[in-house]
Amino acid sequence: MTCLLWKDIFVDFYSRKFLLGFEQCADDLGGLNMGTVNFLWNLTKNYITFGLIGLTVSDRYASIVPVGGISMSPTFNPHDDSSKRSLTRDFVVVEKLCLEKYKFSLGDVVVFSSPTNHKEKNIKRITALPGDLVSTPHYDAVVIPEGHCWVEGDNQAWSLDSRSFGPIPLGLVRGRVTHIVWPPHRVGKVERMTPKSLTHF
Amino acid sequence: MRVLQYLSQWKSKAKDGIQQSLRIAKFLCLLHVTNNYIVSPVMVYGPSMLPTLNLTGDVLLVEHLSPLLGKVGPGDVVLVKSPDNPRKTVTKRILGMEGDSVTFLTDPSRSDRYRTLKVPKGHVWIQGDNIYASKDSRQLGPIPCGLILGKVLYRVWPPEGLGSL
Repeated sequence: MTCLLWKDIFVDFYSRKFLLGFEQCADDLGGLNMGTVNFLWNLTKNYITFGLIGLTVSDRYASIVPVGGISMSPTFNPHDDSSKRSLTRDFVVVEKLCLEKYKFSLGDVVVFSSPTNHKEKNIKRITALPGDLVSTPHYDAVVIPEGHCWVEGDNQAWSLDSRSFGPIPLGLVRGRVTHIVWPPHRVGKVERMTPKSLTHF
Repeated sequence: MRVLQYLSQWKSKAKDGIQQSLRIAKFLCLLHVTNNYIVSPVMVYGPSMLPTLNLTGDVLLVEHLSPLLGKVGPGDVVLVKSPDNPRKTVTKRILGMEGDSVTFLTDPSRSDRYRTLKVPKGHVWIQGDNIYASKDSRQLGPIPCGLILGKVLYRVWPPEGLGSL
C-alpha cells in the first residue's frame, strides 16, 4: 500500500510540473511576456539548484570521472590507442568519504592533484604509507615522512609518479577509486593490490 | 470512502514533508558550496603568526576563489592543509612562488646561518611571521599549490582587530 502511495505522489508531482511547463511554453510562443520571464526564471532556478546539489554530492560523497592516459594500464584503459576517443575511455567512481579521516591502505587507487600543477588530477596506486621504506633507481631508500604517501602507476614504463617527484602529502589526495562503470564490458570493482616490483624492507 | 479520505490526507502530509526536506537539503547544499568555494569563517590560534594574528585565537574570513584561479601571490596570508597531517590546517604567509629564490635563516634562535634555494614548479614557500616558533617551509620544504585552501581576507574577531590583514 505504502509503495503505491509513494509512486502516486511522485507521478502526480512530476506530471503536474511537466504539464505546467508545457502550458507555459505554448503561451510563450506569442512573444515575450510575463510567462516567458517566469519560465526562464524557473529554468535558471532549477539549473542552479541542480548544480548546487551535484557539486555537493560530488564533493562530499562520490563522483564519476573519466580516466585519460595509459599510466595505469592493465587496470584502466588497457588498450592504449583508444585513450584519445572519449567514449572508449574508462569512467570510474571516486568516493570522497575517505577524506574525512585520510585513512588509506596499501594498494588503494587514489585521485590526487599533481604536485607540480595543482589544476591537474592524476590517478595512481598507493604503494607505501608513512614509515615505510622504499627503494627506487632514482631515490635510494626513502623513508616516507609523516602524512605523506608513495604513489605509482601500474604501468611502470609509462608513468610519471613518486619515482620522479618523491612522496606526496596526503592532503593532495582528492578521493579513492572504487569501481569502473564504463565501458559496459569492463564494469567492476577496482581491486586493492600491491605490485611486486617494489622492494619493501 | 473513509479509507480514501485518510489516504488523501496522508498524501498531502507526505507531500509537505518531502517538500520541506527538499528545502532543507537545498539549503545545506548552498551552505556547503559557499563554505567550500566562496568564503568561510575560520578560527585560528597559535604562536606561529604572532605579530599579525593573536596567540589566543582569531576568527578570520577566508576566501576560496583565488587559489582555484591561481591568484595568490607573495605576501598573502593563506590557509594551508598541513603537509605532515592532512586533517590539520595552518595559516602562514607566502614568501615565494614557483621559480623564485628564497633566502631563510635555518635556525634563527641559535645561529645566523642562512640558505638560499629555488622554489620548484607548482610549489610555494610559506613561512610564519614569528620565525622563532613556526613549523613551515624551513623544515618541511616548499609545499605544492594543491594544499592551499584559501586566502585570508578579513579578521572579524576580536572586534578591535577588525579589518583586512
